[in-house]
Amino acid sequence: MENAIEVSSLSKYFGEIRAVDGISFQVKKSELFGFLGPNGAGKTTTQRMLTGILKPNSGTIHIMGFDLFKHPSDAKMLMGVVPEMANPYIDLSAWDNLMLMGELYGVPKRKRKQKAMELLEIFSLQDRKNQKTKGFSKGMKQRLILAMALIHEPELLFLDEPTSGLDVQSARLIRNLVRELNSNDTTVFLTTHNIEEANQMCARVAIINSGKIAAIDRPENLRNTIQSLQSVEVTFAKAINDLESLQTIENVSEIRKEGDKLRLYTDKPGDVACQLVEYAKAHELQVLSLNTLGPSLEDVFVHLTDTKGEQNAS
Amino acid sequence: MQVSNFPLRMKMQFRCSFTIAKKDAKIYYLKAPVLIFGILFPLCLFLAFAIGRDISPNILLPGLVGMTLFFTASSANPIVAPWETRMRTLERLVSTPASISAIIFGDIFAGFLYGAVISIVPLLIGIFAFGSDVVKPYLLAIDIVLSAFCFSALGSLLSSPPTDNPSNVMMLSNLVRLPLIFISGVFIPIKKMPAWGKAIAPISPLTYASDLARYALLDKGYYPIPLDIVMILVFTLAFVIIGITIHQRSMPKRF
Repeated sequence: MENAIEVSSLSKYFGEIRAVDGISFQVKKSELFGFLGPNGAGKTTTQRMLTGILKPNSGTIHIMGFDLFKHPSDAKMLMGVVPEMANPYIDLSAWDNLMLMGELYGVPKRKRKQKAMELLEIFSLQDRKNQKTKGFSKGMKQRLILAMALIHEPELLFLDEPTSGLDVQSARLIRNLVRELNSNDTTVFLTTHNIEEANQMCARVAIINSGKIAAIDRPENLRNTIQSLQSVEVTFAKAINDLESLQTIENVSEIRKEGDKLRLYTDKPGDVACQLVEYAKAHELQVLSLNTLGPSLEDVFVHLTDTKGEQNAS
Repeated sequence: MQVSNFPLRMKMQFRCSFTIAKKDAKIYYLKAPVLIFGILFPLCLFLAFAIGRDISPNILLPGLVGMTLFFTASSANPIVAPWETRMRTLERLVSTPASISAIIFGDIFAGFLYGAVISIVPLLIGIFAFGSDVVKPYLLAIDIVLSAFCFSALGSLLSSPPTDNPSNVMMLSNLVRLPLIFISGVFIPIKKMPAWGKAIAPISPLTYASDLARYALLDKGYYPIPLDIVMILVFTLAFVIIGITIHQRSMPKRF
């Protein structure tokens, strides 16, 4: 068995609303897989089906070879889950929360105590071990939630927006830990709308839009599919307010002002870079920086979700 | 560990229920206000009815025991699911290997233990303060165990609407529970109730719990003992089956 997750023709309706529309994909074992999409695209609904919280209207899900709806206990024993905006029990201490999860997953007492101590240390929560989580910050709660998901050493980890709204330190700690887990062969299914996070962390990403998979590939391959979104980014020493004057540069499809930079979209970035140098000379402008850029994953995401959204709407 | 084999799966689900019951006890039951409420509320209702009337406390004790069982075992259960929905802890729980049935059984078990233990308090007051006798201790034990489980299952059933607002469920819970104490022979023995009272008393599980307590403490009751026991079991089964069915349907609507 090569795949940790196998999803086939999965659909979910809420009344008349089609939240997830016949999606199919596989996540390989030991892969860090990103699941991206705009708000309301069906990301969380999909993750809830994959973790057995919601039942689909049709389709199948296999987790590590187990049919999730025929053998839910077997499948769930192998998963660690961090749901979106989940909380620990605020009337229990960090330690009790970890013990609760350990017991629910059947971790023997001695092992769960040992693992809980280890996790509290990894997540820098050992000093708060016996405090009720009521007084924890959002970052501390999220670290504890992740620790709770890891108490039984799952082979597959589901994370739904794990760093959303966190301080930089907590977000970095969680990202580093997820990378480390993945390097130790834990499969990770990361649901996020943070494109940069997915870009940095994931080996493959799926982009879901209006309940359908719009694209699924390695981030680099996705970027390469959209040559028209290559660009040249230039910063002049003096701000240019008259963008009209840049229209003389050939092969440019769009010009955007981004802070003190100008970004010119083109399928011939080398040619446009040369023209920009000529333009600077002609207008006596000093070039502070000049970079040719491939499309970012965000560009791909916007391109795909806009296009597919329009297609679905029409 | 593969848990596809049935006995292993059942063992795991029982363990999950027990863990959830422990969690409920820590979070909802073992708190001074909840414990005090469990004793004070039925006691106040009892005193409101007893004071100024020429009735021996011994006569009223079975009703008090039944009422305490009823109010304590079904007190916190209705708010567990809506509260955990609101606090965003329920989704995490549902994603564990614990089935919805195991989660509900865990909640029921916690309410059962709370009800059974608290009901001993008025009993001890009756025995030591008013010199009441327990004529049939085994029957009292059966009554406490069966009734506490039955009322806790009722509490769990009342928590099944898919809301995240505990006050909505508490309103529903009181709407169901409060009228029942007046038709269940708690204050007035069924024998002395008017004809309409005798006609509607059988629809309340509290009727059979109080009747069984009356047998245990006073050696007299209205219905035959086997009927009391069977009816409590029937109500329990109905509450558990209907409760789990509705929870299974309503659970996805909570997220």
